[in-house]
Amino acid sequence: MAFLKLLFRNKLAAAGLIIMGLVVVLAVLTPWLPLLDPDVTATGDRFKPPFSAGHLLGTDHLGRDLLSRLMWGTRLSLMVGFAAALIAALLGSTVGIVAGYFGGRTDNIIMRAVDMLMAFPYILLALAIVAALGPGLVNALIAVAAVNIPFFARNIRGVTVSLARREFIDAAKLAGMGHLRIIVFELLPNVAPVIVIAMSTTVGWMILETAGLSFLGLGSQPPQADLGSMLGEARSALITSPHTSAVPGLMIFVIVMSINLLGDGVRDALDPRLRSGALTRPRAVTQIDRQQPAPEADGASLLALQDLSTEFRVAKRTYKAVRHVNLHVAPGECLGVIGESGSGKSVTALSIMGLVASPPGVITGGAGRFEGQDLIGASYETLRAMRGDKVAYIFQDPLSTLHPLYRVGDQLCEAIRSHHKVTAREARTRALELLAAVRIPNPESRIDNYPHEMSGGMRQRVSIAMALANDPEVIIADEPTTALDVTVQAQILSLLNDLRRERQLAIIFITHDFGVVAQLCDRVAVMYAGQIVEEGPSQAILDRPAHPYAKRLMACVPDLGQGRRELEAIPGLPPAVDRLPDGCAFAERCNKASQACRVGSIELVGTSDGRRAVRCLDPEESLS
Amino acid sequence: MTQTPERDDQRPLALKIEGVSKTFGQPGGLLQKARPGVRAVQPVTLSIPRGETLGLVGESGCGKSTLARMLVGLLEPSSGRIEIDGKALNTGDPAAFGRLIQYVFQDPISSLNPRKSIRQIMETPLKRLHAMGRKDREARIREIFDSVNLREEFLDRYPHEFSGGQAQRIGIARALAASPQIMILDEPVSALDVSVQAQVLNLLARLKETYDLTYIFITHDLAVVEAVSERIVVLYFGSVVEVGPAENIFKSPRHPYTKLLASSAPVVGRPLAAPEQSHTELPDPLNPPPGCAFAGRCPRASQPCRTIAPPLTPIGDEQFAACHFPLED
Repeated sequence: MAFLKLLFRNKLAAAGLIIMGLVVVLAVLTPWLPLLDPDVTATGDRFKPPFSAGHLLGTDHLGRDLLSRLMWGTRLSLMVGFAAALIAALLGSTVGIVAGYFGGRTDNIIMRAVDMLMAFPYILLALAIVAALGPGLVNALIAVAAVNIPFFARNIRGVTVSLARREFIDAAKLAGMGHLRIIVFELLPNVAPVIVIAMSTTVGWMILETAGLSFLGLGSQPPQADLGSMLGEARSALITSPHTSAVPGLMIFVIVMSINLLGDGVRDALDPRLRSGALTRPRAVTQIDRQQPAPEADGASLLALQDLSTEFRVAKRTYKAVRHVNLHVAPGECLGVIGESGSGKSVTALSIMGLVASPPGVITGGAGRFEGQDLIGASYETLRAMRGDKVAYIFQDPLSTLHPLYRVGDQLCEAIRSHHKVTAREARTRALELLAAVRIPNPESRIDNYPHEMSGGMRQRVSIAMALANDPEVIIADEPTTALDVTVQAQILSLLNDLRRERQLAIIFITHDFGVVAQLCDRVAVMYAGQIVEEGPSQAILDRPAHPYAKRLMACVPDLGQGRRELEAIPGLPPAVDRLPDGCAFAERCNKASQACRVGSIELVGTSDGRRAVRCLDPEESLS
Repeated sequence: MTQTPERDDQRPLALKIEGVSKTFGQPGGLLQKARPGVRAVQPVTLSIPRGETLGLVGESGCGKSTLARMLVGLLEPSSGRIEIDGKALNTGDPAAFGRLIQYVFQDPISSLNPRKSIRQIMETPLKRLHAMGRKDREARIREIFDSVNLREEFLDRYPHEFSGGQAQRIGIARALAASPQIMILDEPVSALDVSVQAQVLNLLARLKETYDLTYIFITHDLAVVEAVSERIVVLYFGSVVEVGPAENIFKSPRHPYTKLLASSAPVVGRPLAAPEQSHTELPDPLNPPPGCAFAGRCPRASQPCRTIAPPLTPIGDEQFAACHFPLED
């Protein structure tokens, strides 16, 4: 049902489906329709024009009724086309799955054979097959199917190769399944949608190709009518009686057109990447929908978030990813934001510069001030000028943030030149300085490397160099060391620490690791279900956490050097942010929760000096 | 590596690995000759007594997953011999083999077929490995689900409906359904959040007691491996560099690499300092250095380290290190 809904959202595909449905229904009903016999000749009635008495579409060169021949011909052409598509899909997919699943030598031999088949011009190959087998509709069908096998084989092999390396296939092997069972029960259900998509886009071609062979006299034999042979027979009278060619020609056009429209629609509706809306282009800046005016500026922090709320609106659901977050950093300060997956820490960071993908992301309130200027709602030009120049980001996976096809030096130069008018030579000199600043050995030789030629640690250094390219005042680092090995992580952390001391950088460091917070951050904010539940100086919070969640989360982290032991765990899961409970979001998992914790909203209460704050009615430590 | 790092242990062996190595060839096409391959795992010799949890630590690319995949027959070793329960590894009868050893995968979601319901996933090993009837299967699934704290209503759902922690418990439940003697746990908690990670680790510890299992626990997280293992093997660049009891190996490491690992992990209460110079580069797998693979990064390296590969030698009672100049207490 969901599939049909998606299909009908595409107007053209819906039109294709309706027209195709009509043609198919008529073709199926043909034997029961009150039509004249398509094969009875009446030489007296040759070339009657359309709308003549008894012959709605006129007659052909032997006086046969064109309407009847058209209906029977369409029926035959459709049957041959679909049969050829089915045979090609069946054989081609089998070949593709076998090649992709077994890989290695099997794959090599099968696919080279398929390549050879593809190297022949297809019509020549079809002609050769028909020539060998003799003319006839069944032989034309075999030829068309054979010619299309390589298309299916290659498509399906590609999909199978990526699926066959997935862990669930290994798991099936270990569960005692043989190759045939794995192919049929594990692979096939995952490949089937691709086969359907490939078929829906090729049936049209196959009908055209069969018509082509019939047109050449190699398909259906007289007096049997199919669309191709009708065209072929009408060829000699093209000038004198054009309707004899136009009737089958139009029908071919209608069929192929509607099938192709429908096929595209089917592909769009079935493809999971398109279904999730990945191809809807996100806006350049996150959408803003502030319910209340932005709060007044307070204090003189370098970067401050005031009451920021961001949500994701997907269909009828609203996911409140960030709820009323207040944060600030000063020059040279490192602020840690810690939380588990889904706590809203990354969305908070991305909201600052309007980088949350919209749709579905919407900033619904608050302000993000850089030196007092509100960035929420700022124009794209303003933000673009500031992105990378004043506020720069470092992301988790350097392999996906660096462009694989450009040298790292060129990417660095581009980052510099997009904000400053400098010559290529100056940019390159600056890039070399930056690479040296992030301690890349031999920057002169490394600058011309492609990202894939560097190790993970080196790539992350390049990302940091890129973030530093325009001397930003704030760096927002979103789990920059999570994908790295511990020995490399230690190097990157100490590099960031040195940089902030040398350059008075403000760093917002997003992480899930308390060890990192303890070593790098001056202050830390703990997030849970989109809210800050505790904030304060790192050391104070690590020594004496006040919020039960912070305290218990720290207890879950095993410390090195304590030997074998039972670990602390927090039972349950964080709440889904589209169905948040009343009161404290942690109440359900908290062993101290009382009735009061489950009503209203619980405020973040700060100490009088404003250094610490906690969102809990019954904190573990009394802050004063 | 001829020495066998044995514990003074009378328990029967669950797993014996003798000189197992893996070289990945670089096959050419039809016309090119195969080029010399990448040594992913250097010959490894280990014995794992029944009931032990052996931790396997190392950084990415050190060969820990390759070694594990050889143990479960998903990869063919290039040399050496693997014995499970006293008999040579034999995947000829998949059903018999699957009842000996099972694998829990790192990515809990991708190890479950997206198009199969949890019930279908759970039934496969019971049908294929134990040839159970419908009634027995249902009872067994209920029993297993109970032991991994999953609700039975989950059985008719599909993998994408689960959180990482739940999916990992389903992965563990599937491995348990085979009733194996040995379970290979390949980074079973790396994809999980800290609060959920502890749930899964405690579950694994409890299951081990209940079902008398032997674990090989692969991870890059030193604190986790220390918390769950009896003995730990440290791998670097495809070789075992140190073996020792979990309670000692990070407290008093003998191999400089183990020491580097232990001092790199960020720990609350230890000031930030890069434990090594940033210009050290990892060795190139296509062109491995002669001698000790760690020599290029090692502060103690001297001439013999760059020419002779150090063998794994016993140091003290229970620890073994592959180093010419092992660290002292």
